[in-house]
Amino acid sequence: MDAKTPAIELKNITKTFGKVVANKDICLTVHRGEILSVLGENGSGKTTLMNMISGIYFPDHGQIFINGKEAVISSPKDAFDYKIGMIHQHFKLVDIFTATENIVLGFKEKDGFNIKKSAQRIKEISEQYGFDLDPMKKIYEMSVSEKQMVEIIKVLYRGADILILDEPTAVLTPQETKKLFAILRRMRDDGKAIIIITHKLHEVLELSDRVAVLRKGEYVGSVETAKTSEAELTEMMVGKKISLNIERSEPKNPEDRLVVKHVNCMSIEGIKILDDVSFTARSGEILGIAGIAGSGQRELLEAIAGLQHIETGEILYNDPKTGAVEDLRDKNPLQIRELGVRLSFVPEDRLGMGLVGNMDIVDNMMLRSYRSGKTAFLERKEPKSLADRIIEQLDVTTPNANTPVRRLSGGNVQKVLVGREIAAAPTVLMAAYPVRGLDINSSYLIYNLLNLQKENGVAVIFVGEDLDVLIELCDRIMVIGSGRVTGIVDGRKTTKEEIGLLMTSRTDGGESNEQH
Amino acid sequence: MNSTEKHKREPLLHIVKRDSIVWWKSWLIRILAVAVALIVCAFITVLLTGENPISVYATMIDGAFGTKRRIWSLFQNLAMLLCISLAVTPAFKMKFWNIGAEGQVLIGGLATASCMILFGELLPSVVLMPLIIVASIVAGAIWAVIPAFFRARWNTNETLFTLMMNYIAIQLVSFFSYIWSVPKGSGQIGVINSATEMGWLPSIGGHDYLLNILIVGALTIFMYVYLRYSKQGYEISVVGESENTARYIGIDVKKVIIRTMLISGAICGVAGLLLVSGTDHTITRDTAAGRGFTAIMVSWLAKFDPIYMVLTSFLIVFLQKGATEITTIFGFNSSFSDIITGIIIFFIIGSEFFINYTIKIHIPEKGGRA
Repeated sequence: MDAKTPAIELKNITKTFGKVVANKDICLTVHRGEILSVLGENGSGKTTLMNMISGIYFPDHGQIFINGKEAVISSPKDAFDYKIGMIHQHFKLVDIFTATENIVLGFKEKDGFNIKKSAQRIKEISEQYGFDLDPMKKIYEMSVSEKQMVEIIKVLYRGADILILDEPTAVLTPQETKKLFAILRRMRDDGKAIIIITHKLHEVLELSDRVAVLRKGEYVGSVETAKTSEAELTEMMVGKKISLNIERSEPKNPEDRLVVKHVNCMSIEGIKILDDVSFTARSGEILGIAGIAGSGQRELLEAIAGLQHIETGEILYNDPKTGAVEDLRDKNPLQIRELGVRLSFVPEDRLGMGLVGNMDIVDNMMLRSYRSGKTAFLERKEPKSLADRIIEQLDVTTPNANTPVRRLSGGNVQKVLVGREIAAAPTVLMAAYPVRGLDINSSYLIYNLLNLQKENGVAVIFVGEDLDVLIELCDRIMVIGSGRVTGIVDGRKTTKEEIGLLMTSRTDGGESNEQH
Repeated sequence: MNSTEKHKREPLLHIVKRDSIVWWKSWLIRILAVAVALIVCAFITVLLTGENPISVYATMIDGAFGTKRRIWSLFQNLAMLLCISLAVTPAFKMKFWNIGAEGQVLIGGLATASCMILFGELLPSVVLMPLIIVASIVAGAIWAVIPAFFRARWNTNETLFTLMMNYIAIQLVSFFSYIWSVPKGSGQIGVINSATEMGWLPSIGGHDYLLNILIVGALTIFMYVYLRYSKQGYEISVVGESENTARYIGIDVKKVIIRTMLISGAICGVAGLLLVSGTDHTITRDTAAGRGFTAIMVSWLAKFDPIYMVLTSFLIVFLQKGATEITTIFGFNSSFSDIITGIIIFFIIGSEFFINYTIKIHIPEKGGRA
């Protein structure tokens, strides 16, 4: 095959969903032996585009050429016949099966099914590209990164030579990301065409050979990674230059608002998830919480919010009005509110916990306030005007306030949730990964909202994953690893390296056996 | 270029989810579905029986509306089915799979019958009637709360639990049918207090069923308002959509489950009361007549909206009445009317697909493109 013929070429691909144009006249090429990053804000149409290459959607217009020949991909099976393999963000594996069983599942071998032979081939593939995987391990025993490896091997096993990865690093630790990148580079050197979807700029620069940028469903252009910079890519992505500086004011008369003392929590399986956690959140200050995903951040916030049972320890709240000290331990969210504690909580799982997807914006506003009023009936006037206010002030893109929130894009869902939580005039505001999956504009909007709350004297607790953001936004940063506080550092003085070190300092003996 | 291959392989139809649909369009689709169903049924009628489909349909309508008595019976049956549908709705809206309405209705009816038999001659009507009402409501509510309590407390499977409660209720009715049978040993209770009419719901203006219909009408409005405008109704929606969200905003999920099933069971108890005291004046194992299950379909078809439920239960009752009529008039096998009913319901449920999705036809483009 001619090396100059692109592995995939897209010409004028257009896809609409109802009135929404998800992709408009997209043109894109990927060559063999090349890693292409598809970069774009949320809702820019990256995943839709990839779903058309992998046969999940069918384009309304336009053509797809594979190895120079026009291809019709109308099902995932067609995609597989063209040797296209997609690794989705959410894994599709059978938990109680081994890696091998999952990989061969549904695949018709030419010379009959033989699990030993398959395991052998999986081993060969693993060695060739540097996967560190036991083919006989069961999925439920695996870490997220191992599961991802199974997904990648699954498509390689089926002979894919065009691989599409949708946000592959979203669930990985920095070390695991490094390993993944090494594997991807080896596959590239082996002549495979690789497309990765991402919105993490430094990864784009580190990994890919070329970058294609999408903006609001349109193709902006492609640049060679070597010839571009973070600033240029950002500009292509958002259309205008955005200051990367997050403003940070000095805390004004900080007071201890929330004092957490020696909190211990167990999971249902009896594993310790919070281990002697102590810290203080002060008013007028943003306290960042850093750590590898799943180190106990969620449980900590849920424990404070009254959603997680605490084995031992105290959670003390200093009421700024009365000066009284309340112990929030063993109280449910309603009891906490009845104590007069104005605690707002933006949970990680927005549609599964913070909001109700099938309800409209107005009814979602009511979640916090529906109990008000003396009658047994709902009062929808207040929530309606609150919904309209949030839509206007936070620039929520929606037909109207009666649209179910599940129809909104990720960023708009988050605006609705954060808007509601802030509207409750909190004294403590907890936000778990509030910018996850949000584009740059929406992220900055959220940062500004948090800063505004801080200036109003709210004690803000911010669980984040992007260390650069944590360092620029937070006054203090608490690092947790495996459920323990490994350090609390000053946001103005600390470095990424210091936090990174604290993040991993407790995990070496535990689940991460990949460190050398 | 392999353009011939392209046209062969390009899917001709594809299914696209609708963003939203104007109300009249969705009704047009539903009406069309019924029309198509009737045409299909006509073909099947001719094929299987050789009868003229038009006259079969005419007989169905006649069976439902033909006489004054039939119209009253139609509305009475509609009211009963609607009442039980209203009862199961809050539970299903909460995603609590209550398939025990049949048993809850029976036990409510049994409570009514017991009061009528045991106290019919002892208590004056002013005392007996309230006693009957309270007893039937309490009995239905208890029958529903038992599985709800176990679900809330130990997370047991409510589907199996409520199903099994049905069998217990049926056996209890059998047992008491024997104990109180008239004549002794026949296993039939027969009309209770036929001479004194003690414990019978009064007829209004000479219409036996009017009170039943009015009570169910009031319940319909109550349930509509309760689900839509009350705080408790809102809590039911939140728990049904996401228990995590409910916990997050401090809703006591266990309390909501138990409270909702209490209401659900209480309304089933009312249905039992209306069937025994207001309609049959006796009780048998078949008093609920499978309505506890049909009601689930009525409720889902109406998407848990009590007002639409009037329409869906009307449809089901009309089909049942009409189908019975054609089997007797034309001497068909009773399965034939089931086939007709099945086809019509299939098309109506199927039309929901076209309301939620639209099908785009891909017209292959002739010639190349620039």
